[in-house]
Amino acid sequence: MDLNDTAEQQAFRREVRAFLAAELPPALSHKVQHRQRLGKEDTILWQGILHKRGWGAPGWPKSFGGTGWSAIEQHIFEEEAADAGAPRQLDFGLRMVAPVIMAFGNKAQQERFLPRILSGEDWWCQGYSEPGAGSDLASLRTRAERKGQHYVVNGQKAWTTLGQHADWIFCLVRTSTEGRPQEGISFLLIDMKSPGITVRPTIMLDGEHEVNETYFDDVEVPVENLVGEENRGWTYAKFLLGHERTGLANVGQWKRLLKRLEQVARRETASSGRPLIEDARFRDKLAQLKVDLLALEVTLLRVLSAEAKDAKKGLGPVASVLKIKGTEIGQAIFELTMQACGHDALAYLPEALEPGYSGPRVGGEHAAAAAGDYFNMRKLSIFGGSNEIQRNIISQMLLGL
Amino acid sequence: MDFSYTEEQQALQDSLRRFLTKEYDFEKRKHISRSAVGHSADHWKQLAEMGVLGLGIPEAYGGMNGSPVDTMLIMESFGRALVLEPYLPTVVLGAGLVRDVGSEAQKQALLTPIAMGELLMAFAHYEQGSRYALEHVATTAKRDGDGYVLSGAKSLVLSGAQAGKLIVSARTSGGARDRTGVSLFLVDRGAPGVSHHGYVTQDGGRAAEVKLSNVRVGADALLGQEGAALPVIERAVDLAIAALCAEAVGAMDALLETTREYLKTRKQFGVPIGKFQVLQHRMADMLIATEQARSMAMVAAVKVQSEDAAERRRMVSSAKALVGQSARYVGQQAVQLHGGMGVTDELSAAHLFKRLTVINTLFGDADHHLALVSDGLLVA
Repeated sequence: MDLNDTAEQQAFRREVRAFLAAELPPALSHKVQHRQRLGKEDTILWQGILHKRGWGAPGWPKSFGGTGWSAIEQHIFEEEAADAGAPRQLDFGLRMVAPVIMAFGNKAQQERFLPRILSGEDWWCQGYSEPGAGSDLASLRTRAERKGQHYVVNGQKAWTTLGQHADWIFCLVRTSTEGRPQEGISFLLIDMKSPGITVRPTIMLDGEHEVNETYFDDVEVPVENLVGEENRGWTYAKFLLGHERTGLANVGQWKRLLKRLEQVARRETASSGRPLIEDARFRDKLAQLKVDLLALEVTLLRVLSAEAKDAKKGLGPVASVLKIKGTEIGQAIFELTMQACGHDALAYLPEALEPGYSGPRVGGEHAAAAAGDYFNMRKLSIFGGSNEIQRNIISQMLLGL
Repeated sequence: MDFSYTEEQQALQDSLRRFLTKEYDFEKRKHISRSAVGHSADHWKQLAEMGVLGLGIPEAYGGMNGSPVDTMLIMESFGRALVLEPYLPTVVLGAGLVRDVGSEAQKQALLTPIAMGELLMAFAHYEQGSRYALEHVATTAKRDGDGYVLSGAKSLVLSGAQAGKLIVSARTSGGARDRTGVSLFLVDRGAPGVSHHGYVTQDGGRAAEVKLSNVRVGADALLGQEGAALPVIERAVDLAIAALCAEAVGAMDALLETTREYLKTRKQFGVPIGKFQVLQHRMADMLIATEQARSMAMVAAVKVQSEDAAERRRMVSSAKALVGQSARYVGQQAVQLHGGMGVTDELSAAHLFKRLTVINTLFGDADHHLALVSDGLLVA
């Protein structure tokens, strides 16, 4: 047993660091480090830089233009990128729809869609949840009726994250009402410019426009945009969620944010007048998070190593362990960061999150994002299959209850 | 990174588990716990024959030169079966200290008998009023001709009434909490001036209060350098902590298993209670806590070997804190899920819970070790 990087992994880490030092634009990193607002152009810029280096898709096999990195190498890359303040790559194309297209899509779909995801030309969003079908996805009602060479789609999707920027949406739609609710679902790729699609913002509790409601009104989708077989979409959806939940462990991001919290605690002042870090009660909470995150990191590495040994097995239900713990730790970091800022976190100054803002502030620069982050990140335990649903999965699949 | 075990490690663990399943079931364990001595000489002998007792001992003294990762595998299996035999005091602490700082003569005299299962050891260190502070040593060792005279009292000496030899910490100089001036001595339990009061611990194990009244030992009783024992003690205790973390994981595994079976068989309102979502979620959280603890037991086993003492401290304390918290959670919830049966003496669940509670307290509880990690942040 050896918890250190191997010689190859060390060399790889150095290579990634050198790349980040040379290619990550300092202005972009500054925005990320200070939790300022990122625009669509920031994500596209970074994706373009990665693509140029051949690292556009850390999780893809080489045959599709990916890096062919092992799961551990991907983890090292994500950890280093997060530490350097690189923006998160957009999951929806790279990590969510692409693996489905690779595994279940046909050659034409692979050739048409994958290169554009890699280059950042196409921005994808996800059409899974609906007003009446969140974590209980099987009760979704958006329908697609086959008419000649088209499906006609009608219904409404909710929580379409960053859908306001999207070129394409991958949707779960009902193509049959026969049998079990899971059985009549299909997986469709839909052009967001199609007539009949309306996108309306849903403003989140931190005041940000991050998600949308997407309406489909007699939207015509060519049948060649069906992935795999009709009515087999549930299988593909479950496959996708397994991919998503490892990412939701988010270890690299949390490590950086915890480091930042430690810095905040050295700058902020406790009621005693001493630096907050010297307050034992506060410091114990910080120590607890460090311990919890270290345990999660090792748990993640154990899972990834096991997967590397037997790739066919896939991640399976253990991904739910990572999702629950990762999101709980993330939420605790945001909460403690807000707490560290004291009442300075109470001011609502969204303009202070814009890059280049030089107006008046309340408290330090870090205080502007603290409460908004806390409010917004309550979503972590809800999306991607709520943590309650994850506990159902663990109890049924891992414990056999 | 590599989380796998070698073939030898896997084989040793497999045979140990087979042995314990066959020879150390819950009823047998209960019987052993209630015997006068509190462990079984037969089982101890068999563990010696399997090579388990010599695992961490160098080959030159009849051992297998194993690492803390090997100890982890053994302790995890012991945790599952609630093994009472004094592996921690004799092998991890006793043999570990002699191996690390003993003279050639001391190694020859002690290590082979330990590996053969012929000698039990105890580490007499903690004192009344020390709580978990390892530097607190009020027991004195005064020079007397060629040798020393030891006086003082030691607390919670694991196997203190069973061991043939004690390793006693005592001050050769300095005040009660100085970091220098602590020395280690090998003392026969039967030596004149050594008295003890043995007792049963909450988990059915054995410990003793030990008194030393003008105990005279020769110069050859000094273990390691005079006055420089504290770092040696700290490392030995860290090895014991790493071992305990692994034992806790084994006990948590066993609790998960037995609780799961109980939820599948016990019926209420016409269905197995495992069908109730609130209980399913509790079990899911117990599984998560156990997996987090397993990761940290691995961290402890690997990082306890670190040359960097600050890194070792941070990692071992992180592990003990998280494992202690997980042990408390999994133990308490398992009892709760067993309902009324969980608070009886009849089920293994109650005994696993008690052992986990004891493990959390031994060598510093979760709060103590979290505070060490926390205070480490001040120097960052």
